[in-house]
Amino acid sequence: MYISLPKLMASVAFTAVTAGALFSCKPKGAEAAVSGDAAAKAYVAPGKYDEFYNIVSGGFNGQIGIYGIPSGRLFRIVPVFSVSPESGYGYSEETKPMLNTSHGFVPWDDLHHIALSQTNGEHDGRWAFANGNNTPRLARIDLSTFRTSEIIEIPNSAGNHASPFITQGSEYVVAATRFSVPLEQNADVPINTYKENFKGSVSFISVDQKTGGMNLAFQIRTPGVNFDLSRAGKGKSHGWFFFSCYNSEKANTLLEVNASAKDKDFIMAVNWKKAEEYLRAGKAKKESVRYAHNVYDENSHTATSTIKNEVLVLDPKDCPDMVYMIPCPKSPHGTDVDPSGEYIVGSGKLAALIPVFSFTKFQQAIANKSFDGDYDGIPVIKYEAALHGEVQKPGLGPLHTEFDANGNAYTSFFVSSEIVKWNLKDLKVLDRVPTYYSIGHLSVPGGPTSKPHGKYVIAYNKITKDRYLPTGPELTQSAQLYSIEGDKMKLILDFPTTGEPHYAEAIPASLLRDKQRKIYKIEENTHPYVAKGEGQAKVVREGNKVHVYMTAIRSHLTPDNIEGVRVGDEVYFHVTNLEQDWDVPHGFAIKGANNAESLIMPGETQTIKFVPDRVGMYPFYCTDFCSALHQEMQGYLRVSPAGSNVPLAYSTGTNKPASTSKGDTTKKAATKP
Amino acid sequence: MKKIFVFGMTSLLLWACNAATSEMTTATDTEAALSGGQSAVVDDESAKDVVKIAAGSPDHTTLVAAVKKAELVDALSNAGPFTVFAPVNAAFDKLPAGTVDNLLKPENKEKLQDILQYHVYVGSLNTNLMQDGQILNQVNGGNITISKDAEGKIKINNSATIVASIPASNGIIHVIDAVLLPPAN
Repeated sequence: MYISLPKLMASVAFTAVTAGALFSCKPKGAEAAVSGDAAAKAYVAPGKYDEFYNIVSGGFNGQIGIYGIPSGRLFRIVPVFSVSPESGYGYSEETKPMLNTSHGFVPWDDLHHIALSQTNGEHDGRWAFANGNNTPRLARIDLSTFRTSEIIEIPNSAGNHASPFITQGSEYVVAATRFSVPLEQNADVPINTYKENFKGSVSFISVDQKTGGMNLAFQIRTPGVNFDLSRAGKGKSHGWFFFSCYNSEKANTLLEVNASAKDKDFIMAVNWKKAEEYLRAGKAKKESVRYAHNVYDENSHTATSTIKNEVLVLDPKDCPDMVYMIPCPKSPHGTDVDPSGEYIVGSGKLAALIPVFSFTKFQQAIANKSFDGDYDGIPVIKYEAALHGEVQKPGLGPLHTEFDANGNAYTSFFVSSEIVKWNLKDLKVLDRVPTYYSIGHLSVPGGPTSKPHGKYVIAYNKITKDRYLPTGPELTQSAQLYSIEGDKMKLILDFPTTGEPHYAEAIPASLLRDKQRKIYKIEENTHPYVAKGEGQAKVVREGNKVHVYMTAIRSHLTPDNIEGVRVGDEVYFHVTNLEQDWDVPHGFAIKGANNAESLIMPGETQTIKFVPDRVGMYPFYCTDFCSALHQEMQGYLRVSPAGSNVPLAYSTGTNKPASTSKGDTTKKAATKP
Repeated sequence: MKKIFVFGMTSLLLWACNAATSEMTTATDTEAALSGGQSAVVDDESAKDVVKIAAGSPDHTTLVAAVKKAELVDALSNAGPFTVFAPVNAAFDKLPAGTVDNLLKPENKEKLQDILQYHVYVGSLNTNLMQDGQILNQVNGGNITISKDAEGKIKINNSATIVASIPASNGIIHVIDAVLLPPAN
């Protein structure tokens, strides 16, 4: 029955077929072309600023890209879950703890989604949150430094995909597991006992409104489905969270077929205010788990990693009225809440329609007990009882929906490779534009908030094929910018992105531009190995550990001649950048180091560990072009054999050739036994 | 009864318009290139997708003409994965006279799309993965039912028999001998 193509071709006479005008070269319509003023719309003149920051996930590169909109210019790559040789993130002694987990040091993750902090449902420009999809983690990035401040691991989770969606007051960021798994205490079970042993977990991480500090407040134990995406309610639906679930079939193999068997999966609605009540009433059970919580301190310029061992778990069985299931067609991907909080848009990625649920009707359905049985004890709302309506035949493969301030929704369609604009009230399709190609997420500035800024929709595409000059088998990832100011969406720019862009948010530049940190104050530096001036530079031996308290300032390192280090020593270069001047970082690198450079911001201290493997002279230098005499900013470390009696000594500017020296002014190093 | 189908190479003529989509721009060129969808990507090195395979088959000219008319060429050139149940020309000929001509009229585009999307499943299923009694939800939203007899002969909706299967870069084509008609709803 199964005939391969070559066999077929060999068995019959070859006939070339003219497929008519199948691949004819006419454009797909006027919208495929870019109108004449597009270049002007995306053009930001040299020296001028963009209107929005676009905070874009980097997917399997584990980072966040910061771009300008409308220019598409890349400003910064912020390392989050992946090490970055550019800055030394994950290589320096100070930043290594950021990537610690209960599995040890995990220097990579798959960063999918962004959530910007909100106050009263609007962007406030404090923090960005991002999820690690592989080894489940949640990160917080400070938007005044564009650096990762905190990472918390999520226990009882496996694949933190439905994360990090945020409430309108930044009370909670959520983390719902993509993979259901057996709980940590009893994980060694046959895989085909999935239906009895595998459970889902939805974690609520509270956010300290002053510091941004994250705390795993509680988890809700759920049936063993796969959670895909989520959104918090807002306005009238504030207090609720909505999670899309697929694999309600609870398949543990060949999900491509087995997770698509049912007509409908669910959007799981969680009343988190109710959950808080149950928590206060002592309904939560303590479970023993193991997860890392890593925090970066901006004064000591050092991260600490703490392993925690407990989580509070609420079981819907003990907590009535806390969780409901809303049926949603065909493996819903996005579940997006409109700016008013009334409409919840479910995008069944295999569905031929988009269901739009009404929060008001959903509440009525609960009050009237319009239930259609239960799913593992959780009441299932009658589909029609919660339904506002369906967008019929909107396109193929709906994934995600964003909103403007005028009651319109913009849904991405992977299979038909387009963005479709439709009206929330009457559910009529208003416009569609092709994307090049195969759009995944999309972003309207402020689109997930109560007050969208509108103006643009940005497509994040999965395939670029012929859109750019090709670069072998691996092609650039890309975004596309469309104007949504008129009735018709207009393509105005393609721009490449670093890493695979999943979700992104765009925020007005005015909310971030003026609050950027320029330097770290040297007097606030509490790093245990800081040298707050060249007078404090020193080298200290503690057993086989040698600590170099080094300073960097234009254009020399102090000390720059170091002797008395022996094979078998561990040398720690604690480099303090003494500059107090914006955009004057210094770098530090030494030959043969098994890690990376460190890049030290003004006023900061960073440490590179160096273990010399052989006797020799090891040059070190500043890696960041800092001044006209940057190329002179260098030094030497002399490494002698193990057991050598060369005394530990260090200096800058005094260790001159013996013939011209008035005397040895090299300081003798303090030596601790 | 086994029928042999010819899946010839698509002719070079198909991509005669390459230059329009791949030209270099100059500094003064602010207009975007006129773009087709993914079907217009110039690539004769990769394995063929479901559309290109069908386009190369002389026994699927009716289907291909219909897919084009329904503007599904780009969608089916996507990453998929797709399982396409591809009725042969003779299957369309079995429909009441005038049916196909009628469907190809512009005013019936939605109906045509509905029928064609009823022939596509998102997911790549070879015949080994199909089971007797299995229900598949198709792209148009309608369900089809698979039946599989002791010899492994597979029928769709108890009417169309899979007579050949051809793997494609973005899924698989199962050649069938009857057109699947979506249930009215």
